[in-house]
Amino acid sequence: MSATRHPLVDAALNDRAALTARYPEVFNPPVWRRYRAGIIVIAMAALLGYGFYELQFNPARIWTGLGKLGEFIWFMVPPTTDTWARFFVYLHALAETVAIAFLGVLFAAIFAFPVGFLAAKNVIPNIVIHFLSRRFLDTIRGVDELIWALIWVSVVGLGPFAGVLALVCANFGTFGKLFSEAIEAADRKAIEGVTSTGGGLVAGVRFGLLPQVLPVIGGQVLYFFESNTRSATIIGIVGAGGIGLYLAEQIRVLEYQHVSALILMILVTVAMIDYVSTRLRFALIGREIGAPR
Amino acid sequence: MLSLTNSDANVAESHPMQSAVPRLPDLQLEPLNAAYAQAVSAKRRTTFIGLGVLAVLTILAGAVAEVRLDTFFQNLWRFFDYIGRIFTLDNGPSTGKFVLYDIREWMWGFDKWMKLLWETVLIAYVGTILGLIGGFILCFVSAGNLVPNPWVRNSAKRFLEVCRTVPEIVFALIFVVAFGLGPLPGVLAIAIHTLGALGKQFSEVAENIDMKPVDGIIASGGTWVEMVRFAVVPQVLSNFASYTLLRFEVNVRGAAVMGFVGAGGIGQDLVEAIRKFYYADVSAILVLIIATVMIIDLLTERLRHRLIGMEQR
Repeated sequence: MSATRHPLVDAALNDRAALTARYPEVFNPPVWRRYRAGIIVIAMAALLGYGFYELQFNPARIWTGLGKLGEFIWFMVPPTTDTWARFFVYLHALAETVAIAFLGVLFAAIFAFPVGFLAAKNVIPNIVIHFLSRRFLDTIRGVDELIWALIWVSVVGLGPFAGVLALVCANFGTFGKLFSEAIEAADRKAIEGVTSTGGGLVAGVRFGLLPQVLPVIGGQVLYFFESNTRSATIIGIVGAGGIGLYLAEQIRVLEYQHVSALILMILVTVAMIDYVSTRLRFALIGREIGAPR
Repeated sequence: MLSLTNSDANVAESHPMQSAVPRLPDLQLEPLNAAYAQAVSAKRRTTFIGLGVLAVLTILAGAVAEVRLDTFFQNLWRFFDYIGRIFTLDNGPSTGKFVLYDIREWMWGFDKWMKLLWETVLIAYVGTILGLIGGFILCFVSAGNLVPNPWVRNSAKRFLEVCRTVPEIVFALIFVVAFGLGPLPGVLAIAIHTLGALGKQFSEVAENIDMKPVDGIIASGGTWVEMVRFAVVPQVLSNFASYTLLRFEVNVRGAAVMGFVGAGGIGQDLVEAIRKFYYADVSAILVLIIATVMIIDLLTERLRHRLIGMEQR
């Protein structure tokens, strides 16, 4: 063994006492750090066990539930809508869902755009405005889109329009935060260049900042279009339009073949929108970074 | 408007008006200006076409989504009225006053709601951990650089995609029918969705690792499990923890609405308050939810920053 050992290893082993004295943190770490990972894992497991107990997990219930779930999955195949008329009803609801997602993202982006500048430290260096606008956005973001949908349903009544307004509100908070972060991450040099040639704040934002942040913002908006299609599928559960209404209804009346058909339709639509928005996103980024045109 | 300057001294004469700025002779300037104008107008044209397409799509979507702007503006005051009303006490001696006037009356159900909020956070926690375990196992199976068999890899990827794309509330609806009302279906729904989301993010991290340690373990005769344990996990652990914390935060928001479909947590009370028009209760529960979400946001953000700091050191 020792014949194949590197000479440095022998040197280190001979010098071990001195090395230990020189690097106490490596050779003799404090007890808590040595067992830190173990303690964290044990604490997390304990909380998990408490959670199981508190949330009434019992094996018998899970077992029967799994049995029923297996039955449902068995009943789900083959997915069918029974009649073509029904299929077109679902298709229309799906179109409504996509329209809700589209309008929700578009108008949230339009409204959040100025607020993003307001909440960006490098555009408005006033700490009070910055703090207030950030907390305002956080508050809006803290309310889930389903809650927004419920509130808007009680304001404008049942229907997809309430869904649009709910998504506008929910996205507004997220977009405001994302936009202001994108603006804060922008390079200062371009703005300084514009200002140094005599441009004011508006000119600096228009010619120094906007060209930098627009592709980023456009990419984020397109990305959210896809995730919003998913959100728009569920707001129908509280009566705010789209395919969620039919989905909840069919689950409740145990029409599992319809449920699986609906889920399939949603999956295909989301995949299509994902494809289109990814293509558009790359086109947007590609064109902005000095493509030949 | 546009003046092309040139530091070379091949400038003929300068215009009397702008004496200091050297200027190209008109003969040279003309084609440059023309090219510039053409480039700008081409860009403008694309922008206008894009805006036109966007406008058409917007009108189309507006028609499909039954947007009625007139009723919207007629009813807009209702929204602000609603916001005003939920912050007005509607019970007890100080009826009609702002909620902060009598906090005890406003937060009359504080103990009950805090218990439900704790349940909500627990649902999110247990769901996150269960999803984390599943995602952790599946992410290595779906990572392109670790599993050469495309069949295994692609079926794992499709499975994660389905888990991710179907919204958790839909899973909750199905699970409520299978497991009965209560927090259990909520936890399982969140676990499935977390499994899909984390599995994808994790496998993207695992696909970007340094492959040299992997080669080293394989070259010295390690099994697949040993390779993952000693070559991959040490590289990805801090990123995984960061993503998990972020997901936990998202799941707390998700768990808050699980009660809408009868899957436990505070959502049940909230939906009841909204549907039965207990205005002050709506604002009380919303404020508690937002406060909880914000506190968890802050805590997880600090933890994440510490984790990222640890990685860089």
